[in-house]
Amino acid sequence: MHFDLTEDQKEIKRVARELLAARSSWARVREAAEAGAAYDQALWDELCALGWPGIAVAEEHGGQGLGAVELTVLLEELGYACAATPFLSVAAAAAAIQACGSDAQRARWLPRLASGEATAGIGTRALCADGVGAEVLVLLERPSGEAMLVTGADCAHLETIDPTRRYATVDGGAAEPLGTGGGAGAVAAADRIRAAISAEVVGIAQRALEMTLAYVKERRQFGVPVGAFQAVQNRCAQMLLDTESARSTALFAAWAADAAPERLPEAAALAAAAAADGGRSVTASAIQAHGGIGFTWEADVHWLYKRAQLDAALLGGARRHRATLASLAASRVARTANS
Amino acid sequence: MDLTFNADETAFRNELRAWLAQNEPGDAPHGDEDAHYAWRRDWQRRLADGGWAAVHWPAEHGGRGATLTQSAIFYEELAAAGAPLPANVLGLLLAGPTIMTWGTPEQQERHLVPILTAEEIWCQGFSEPDAGSDLAALKTRAVKDGDEWVITGQKVWTSMAQYAKWCMLVARTDSDAPKKHQGLTYFLMDMEQDGVEIVPLKQITGESEFNELFLDGARVPDANVLGGVGNGWKVALTTLMNERSGLAFFLQVRMRQLLDGLIGEAAGRGLMDDPVVADKLGELHLRCEVLRLTAYRGLTAIETYGQPGPEGSLTKWMWSDTNQQLTQLAADILGPEALTAGAPWAFELLRARGNSIEGGTTEVLKNIVAERVLGLPRLK
Repeated sequence: MHFDLTEDQKEIKRVARELLAARSSWARVREAAEAGAAYDQALWDELCALGWPGIAVAEEHGGQGLGAVELTVLLEELGYACAATPFLSVAAAAAAIQACGSDAQRARWLPRLASGEATAGIGTRALCADGVGAEVLVLLERPSGEAMLVTGADCAHLETIDPTRRYATVDGGAAEPLGTGGGAGAVAAADRIRAAISAEVVGIAQRALEMTLAYVKERRQFGVPVGAFQAVQNRCAQMLLDTESARSTALFAAWAADAAPERLPEAAALAAAAAADGGRSVTASAIQAHGGIGFTWEADVHWLYKRAQLDAALLGGARRHRATLASLAASRVARTANS
Repeated sequence: MDLTFNADETAFRNELRAWLAQNEPGDAPHGDEDAHYAWRRDWQRRLADGGWAAVHWPAEHGGRGATLTQSAIFYEELAAAGAPLPANVLGLLLAGPTIMTWGTPEQQERHLVPILTAEEIWCQGFSEPDAGSDLAALKTRAVKDGDEWVITGQKVWTSMAQYAKWCMLVARTDSDAPKKHQGLTYFLMDMEQDGVEIVPLKQITGESEFNELFLDGARVPDANVLGGVGNGWKVALTTLMNERSGLAFFLQVRMRQLLDGLIGEAAGRGLMDDPVVADKLGELHLRCEVLRLTAYRGLTAIETYGQPGPEGSLTKWMWSDTNQQLTQLAADILGPEALTAGAPWAFELLRARGNSIEGGTTEVLKNIVAERVLGLPRLK
């Protein structure tokens, strides 16, 4: 039992944190956002040159040959930076195709996604991240849970409250299940996409927490830092609890994706439920703890709040995942009672 | 990252399971606290005979030198088997390790074995009416008289005092010390003497787990000072640091069993199709799993860095909160059946109110998180 990143994974995290701090400052994120989700092409080119989009893609398909935990580490850092790139969509789609796709799907998409020549979109027809310009979409809206690969669809730009990322609505196109045979592979692919979104949320929450702590230690009222007041402290403690809950479940889902696929359905539902609600509440608290400043356009916490809202929507909200969890638990209880 | 158990851990679990299968504790006696305690005491004797009473103690003192993960496995399996905590849990978890850290060879020789075998039960004399969360404000005084100390004062919330032979007692030996956490001394006090009066405190459940302790001229020989005169705060911290480590896993498994029971009740009433009930049960399932995962993350942090990470301070808070939500939901699902006097769910509902107070109130835990984990300033 070792429930922590390995030294190699910590090194990936450290490198990513440093690179993104240098290349994706709030000034750059703001610039991209104010230009209407104009992605930072130079940053994206650099991430592609480093091989990040293909981190969980096999070397034979041009990737790094690492796993879901390493992908989670990068996603958390990209979330932490709130970077204006299509990283989540491309890397999550590539990881899902690598793990669950047919040989033909892997051969067709992985080399181009891993190198960044092609991009992907993820989401639903009503809300698809990075759909415009994507060569392939991974859509998660079948009631039975399968992820569908969609090509040739008509994507229309959808202006959302989160201008740090491009969103689209999707119409038409040719759809096939992601994977071969029955639906199990395609359902697992959907779980992997949600685990990836949840990992990004962990980074968003972590950044919101850190910005808040820095602010409440600095900002003084009544002659003391506002972070000395217990009401503010309790809010910060709750932010930590929600952030760490999302982190525990996101890491569990990543580990399950790599090492215990039979536990992935539950692990992904846990991660999605914790992230969808946790991300929203931590980033909302960040605005509140910043006081009036937090409500201004200039204070950058609102980008995190907005991203957390859209990520929760991409996850389909926490409630459906809690329903999944209740049903999984009830089946287990019934099985135990009958055995 | 590896969330599987290694060969040693699996072997440990299998050996324990096999032992538990051969040594079932039997049904808990109901309605009689003394009989219930005797059952737990007998259970600890059997654990001790099998070498399982204190797995986390070093082998030289009768333990198994278990790793933190093995210790966690021990408590998980104990709970999974429906077994109670050993009767002398305060001795095993608090007094024993504190005596191992601070005790003289004579003190270790005298006390450790009777703790292990439940021959001598221990209680904890820390809290006072005016010193709860603010422990260093305690007023109980110890005055030197020849080679003895004379103790005067009052302790409260003393679990198991009625069965205890010994008390981990913190008292003030120097009232002129410049700071309140200085001038304290940690004593090993014999409970069987005239100067010690035990008055049970009736709780909202109707039970009396706790007591008040009135100390009027109780005597403690010099030889029973632990860790030196005036060093009581440091010794007490050793006791407090031990308080929440292993139990978390026992409590987490018990809560999972309670939740599974509630899910069974909901399913039996056709309520799993009620979206509100399913939503709340799903949330409780999430919280139980977060608790389990976060507790394991905390173990890895201690094993890697020698101290708990941010996770450690969060689990007790999360556990008490979740247990209260769970038992409240039971009242919604079962209705009056959960509110009938003597019903197990009624007991759980009432007992859960104590969870966010005992062993550190949620308010204090949040303060600890804010100050020690998040580094927020203290209001002067």
